[in-house]
Amino acid sequence: MVPLSWYLTLAAALFAVGLFGVLARRNAIAILMGIELMLNAVNLNLLAFWRYLWSDNLTGVVFIIVVLAVAAAEVAVGLALIISIYRRRSTVVVEEIDLLRW
Amino acid sequence: MTVPQIIFLATAAVTLIAALMVVTVPRLVHAGLWLILALGGIAVLFILLENGFLAVVQVAIYIDAIAILIIIAVMLTRAVMSDTDPQINRMWLASALASLIIMAGLLVIVSQAPDASRGPLVDAEVGLDALGRALVDVDGFILPFEVASVLLVAALVGSIMVAMTPTRGD
Repeated sequence: MVPLSWYLTLAAALFAVGLFGVLARRNAIAILMGIELMLNAVNLNLLAFWRYLWSDNLTGVVFIIVVLAVAAAEVAVGLALIISIYRRRSTVVVEEIDLLRW
Repeated sequence: MTVPQIIFLATAAVTLIAALMVVTVPRLVHAGLWLILALGGIAVLFILLENGFLAVVQVAIYIDAIAILIIIAVMLTRAVMSDTDPQINRMWLASALASLIIMAGLLVIVSQAPDASRGPLVDAEVGLDALGRALVDVDGFILPFEVASVLLVAALVGSIMVAMTPTRGD
């Protein structure tokens, strides 16, 4: 039997790794990869809580499905933005996309 | 050590190493491939949590759609950032510190959770047909289901609009 805390610890570590990717990477697509890792850590947490505490109803599973749909939408819009920026400014480095910086 | 614990530890190690490679490896295509391995590890953990349906959904949406989409975008934008350029910005040390602090905070909260050491509930089996009915049931989850579909349509239309070839004068 795997204790619940093992899943929570793994999810915390995965979230931290994804956060590091978001903060430290220069390429916008690599930042999206970090966001995916963070969303997966959240999903793992949700499913572990559902399985260990509330597995008699469906709310946790539906929550994960909604998170999956939002993740798919987010990746589609994010990659469209990156490709659009690449077409217009020929860069995907976030430090060079500073038109709105004040 | 029981068999599920050994499977969990092995999968967790593979997933964490793959995730670390995703954020550190300099070649972005390789980072995408490591991302597939990390997402596959999460799918294995979903099976270990006895929800085979979500494991299949994880493989079909994350590995099949999202990871492939990301790798294609990497290939489309390849020319601008050669693999020898630094891939990590100047603030990477502060970023690592912030991530470690957040992880430490989360671990403190986990260690204080009252149910942290309990095992899974015994009768967990939620049938797939029950999930399907609940998603279209008026008393169930039809509102989040429909909102998610509208969101997906809006995101698809929006991303097509954004990524369209710029017309003359832009």
